[in-house]
Amino acid sequence: MTIDYDAKMPETQDGTEVYNVDPLIVKSHYEIDYIHSYAQDSEFFRALGKKKLMGSKCRKCGYTYATPRGHCMMCGSETDWYELPNEGRVHTYTTCYFGSEKFLPETPFNLIMVEFEGVDSLFMARLIGADQEDIKIGMKVRAKFRRNLQISPTDVYFVPAKE
Amino acid sequence: MKHKGQNVYMVSGGVTKFSKATPEMDFRLRVKKAFDYAVNDIHLDLKDIDGSVASYFSDHFQRQLMSGIMVQDYLGLTPKPSKRIEGGGATGGLAFQTGYEEVASGRMDVCAVYGFETMSHVNTWKGNEFIALASDTNFDYPVGGFYTGYYAMMAVRHMHEFGTTVEQLAKVSIKNHGNAMHNPYAQSPMKLTVEDVRNSPMVSYPLTRLDVCTMSDGAAVAILASEDKAFELTDHPVLVKSIGTGTDTMRLSDRPFLKVPLLANEKESDYRNLKYPGVHSFRAGRTAAKEAYDAAGITDPLNEIDLVELHDAYTSSEVQTYEDLGLCRYGEGGSFVEEGKSALNGKVPVNPSGGLLASGHPVGATGIMQSVFMFWQLQHSIKKHFKDDTLQVKNAKRGLIHSHAGTGTYVTVSVMEAVR
Repeated sequence: MTIDYDAKMPETQDGTEVYNVDPLIVKSHYEIDYIHSYAQDSEFFRALGKKKLMGSKCRKCGYTYATPRGHCMMCGSETDWYELPNEGRVHTYTTCYFGSEKFLPETPFNLIMVEFEGVDSLFMARLIGADQEDIKIGMKVRAKFRRNLQISPTDVYFVPAKE
Repeated sequence: MKHKGQNVYMVSGGVTKFSKATPEMDFRLRVKKAFDYAVNDIHLDLKDIDGSVASYFSDHFQRQLMSGIMVQDYLGLTPKPSKRIEGGGATGGLAFQTGYEEVASGRMDVCAVYGFETMSHVNTWKGNEFIALASDTNFDYPVGGFYTGYYAMMAVRHMHEFGTTVEQLAKVSIKNHGNAMHNPYAQSPMKLTVEDVRNSPMVSYPLTRLDVCTMSDGAAVAILASEDKAFELTDHPVLVKSIGTGTDTMRLSDRPFLKVPLLANEKESDYRNLKYPGVHSFRAGRTAAKEAYDAAGITDPLNEIDLVELHDAYTSSEVQTYEDLGLCRYGEGGSFVEEGKSALNGKVPVNPSGGLLASGHPVGATGIMQSVFMFWQLQHSIKKHFKDDTLQVKNAKRGLIHSHAGTGTYVTVSVMEAVR
């Protein structure tokens, strides 16, 4: 028999942070580590370590993507990896002066969509080495790669390139 | 696309006042307030409701999964059928259309569609992070991680492609914040000038603080019914004439460069050199409009639609959406607002309620809020519900509501008509 009529929960000191009492508002913390797989897109991230930017090309219809994409959205067929040019042009841009909490410390930063000659779709990246006023649509940009990888699409970034 | 099924009517609606934070109510009580308003307006009995659709976007904001069933439970609607619908910013519009389908299919005679979002449980920048998780988390979130940034890039390209100006974008902000001065449910009524908009802090070039909507707490409820039931419940039901839905790629980068899908009032020669949608336009919006127009027999939207409530999370997206909806040609959106065509007294008033920019954007409630404001407009009951008839569009017979998810991934268009 394990019945204990004097059972008692142990008292602890890990209380709760309170912001207000009416209504009662408390701090609720949440944190988690995921075991995230890049799955069929893994090659894109591995290639960045070899200073290569990889896109996808449809085996059947030949549509070319500046992004990793296992299957073609135009015809549904499998794609093959192919290496994108090192230089492209700014298709559009912005400078973010605010951002999500995670990126606030990095503001202001520039975002660009890059167009590559002969490629059917665009690539989104950060642009450094230029202020908002310096960036123009059509401006030539060049891909650069981090030496110490973060295994993130930001392992490639762009800088202005000479015409 | 076939549209066969029973006629669907909206018979009542309710909205809570949207605000930055309402910690004295949780999401269940907030929905209950909007629900009771709708129920009491037509003396509806809980027994008359056959089932429901729950509309909310993010599980992150509350860190509560299955919030939908908690609302269903709180409203006293268990054990009736219900489901949750989610599709980013278009969640409300998609849920409204799901309610439509429940009735059109003949499954339900009366369906309650309720939407809510509680965004105040995290700070604004954390909230932006949660919203950015609705972009591709392998490729887009780690690079930008900020929806205003994505829309800003679309706006820059629209300006490049068509000559749209930041002053024209500011006119949207002025119009919508100004309209909201007469909407007691709106979060941010303001009288603004172009200078106010341009001088407010830059968020992502070219969008300033006043070009962008805010985070909100809020709830909204729409009650839909079959024809027999609708006229039993109210003398002034509003017909949901047709629905349309479109989609586009998650990554902006993947948007193709094709030809414009033409509406009945457009010609191929209108867009000889335009690559579409690229990142300047919302193909999903055009697709949704085309489906809804075809089903409603609309061939000249500017002259056949009396007013519009559309998804203006950004001033630029309102301008882009005029074009998707065919209220003007692609490229004419900037001058459309500048010439006052979308003003309260213009050719087709757009966002007479103040839109998302001024009413607020508690995501899951937003698309349903639009249906409620449109319902009141078409019932000509704005004065009763707003205690002010300034915003009542005098000739309101046919209205369009438009709900839109991140960079135009999901877009819904629903056409509503007054019947008497």
